[in-house]
Amino acid sequence: MSLITPAFGQIFWGGLVFLILLFLLAKLAWKPVLSAVKNREEGIRESIELAAKTKAEMETLKAQNEELLKEARIERDKMISEASETAKKMIAEAKEEGKAQQAKIVEDAQKVINAEKAAAISELKTQVASLSLEIAEKVIKGELASDDKQKALAEQIANDISLN
Amino acid sequence: MATILRSTLLVFLLGVGVISKAQHGHEELNHDAGHEHEEVQTDEHHEEEGGFDALHHVMDAHDVHLWGEGESSFSIPLPVILWTDNGLVTFMSSAFHHDDAGHHVVNRNGMNFVKSHGKIYQLNQGAEHAEFDAEHHITNAVKPLDISITKNVFAIFCVAIIMILVFRAVGKQYRGKEVADAPTGIAAWMEPMILFVRDFSIENIGEHKYVKFMPYLLTVFFFIWFGNMFGLIPFLGGINMTGSISITLTLAAFTLIIQLVNAKGPFWKHIFAPPGVPVALYPILVPIELIGMFVKPAALTIRLFANITAGHIIILSLLGIIFTYKNMAWAGLAVPMALFISVLEILVAFLQAYIFTMLSAMFIGAAVDDGHH
Repeated sequence: MSLITPAFGQIFWGGLVFLILLFLLAKLAWKPVLSAVKNREEGIRESIELAAKTKAEMETLKAQNEELLKEARIERDKMISEASETAKKMIAEAKEEGKAQQAKIVEDAQKVINAEKAAAISELKTQVASLSLEIAEKVIKGELASDDKQKALAEQIANDISLN
Repeated sequence: MATILRSTLLVFLLGVGVISKAQHGHEELNHDAGHEHEEVQTDEHHEEEGGFDALHHVMDAHDVHLWGEGESSFSIPLPVILWTDNGLVTFMSSAFHHDDAGHHVVNRNGMNFVKSHGKIYQLNQGAEHAEFDAEHHITNAVKPLDISITKNVFAIFCVAIIMILVFRAVGKQYRGKEVADAPTGIAAWMEPMILFVRDFSIENIGEHKYVKFMPYLLTVFFFIWFGNMFGLIPFLGGINMTGSISITLTLAAFTLIIQLVNAKGPFWKHIFAPPGVPVALYPILVPIELIGMFVKPAALTIRLFANITAGHIIILSLLGIIFTYKNMAWAGLAVPMALFISVLEILVAFLQAYIFTMLSAMFIGAAVDDGHH
């Protein structure tokens, strides 16, 4: 039956055309398409990998940043507390010193005052003594101006002494 | 918009396909009526008795018959190329004046040729007319080597030209580029198909060896697919290129050759010394394995041939109902059914291309497997 009998002409032309088609299309389409698509697929895969890697890197970077920030915050707190402590200490020291200075000044002043007082008192004493002498001289001069008076005085002194 | 246009075109083509086949059958009817009084036993005479012969329409021919019957036929003449004892003879098939019953004698280079049942015969020296036996076989002629451009060869050329045009345009988007851009236009249609073939080839042959076989597998896939689709185009005289056993045999032979040329040790070992089998069974198993090696391409041949031819026969037979009963009312049943089968054939066209290529990849994969997985 001719339906299932292979015909030489068709096999000849079919084979020939198919082979020409195979070589032409391999050159025109299959090879460029497959290599370009393969490169594209590799590019896509690499891009995805790169994106994942970048994301991971970003995560680490973020974590690092946070760590740094935390450290910085701790440092800052430490610095602030240290500064305030120092300030307090300085103020206290200044106060202490001030007090000491003040006490010393007061002491010195008292010493000076005392010295001046002493000097004044001694001078006053000297003045009082000299004045007393002058007065006594004048009084004695007046008292001893007449014999009666000298006599009275002598009597009085004698009385005083005897009384003692 | 383009999609709507495409689907409309598809539906239109399908519709026209059914109508055209109906017309074709209708001409048969006219012709049957016209020849009723002729006394000569012609090939068509069988159709008159049987009503409609679908087989006649799926076979190869020396011209592409478009419409009309007998002398009033309109067909595209194709070159007849014969290799005779006296050298090469060429003439156009129109020289037979649409005769396919062995009556019209064509004289070239002192040799007489007749055409009967789609075959060209060279009459014996001195014979002026073909003589027939009771079964209408020519008794006084020999068949010269026929390498004519027949209807199927014409279809092969058309498919090849379409493929070159399509894939040159597709390849243009990729050629000279290190990395492919997103495909546009026709490449956007074909790239998924190319990758589909590539992916099942990788699956069957393996990541490291598939590249070498991709040109063959891609070419055979698109050749069969385009050929199948080309056979579904109406108004082209019922082209049945991939439903020709010669073509499917040629393609299967290529698969077998590639398989055998690239076969590695384990493949031959599996045939001539099947592992894990007692030596006593070798005389039985080795011939079976050897036969199996050739049965695989034979199955490829017959599967594609039978599927495509069957599809054509079903459509022709359904439409033939109208002409067998000589009543237009049958079209109400036959046309929707033929339309359904036509749509199914579009699926089959793709499916058979896929099966042929996938099995080829599987056979090649089994042959190149060197046991290292």
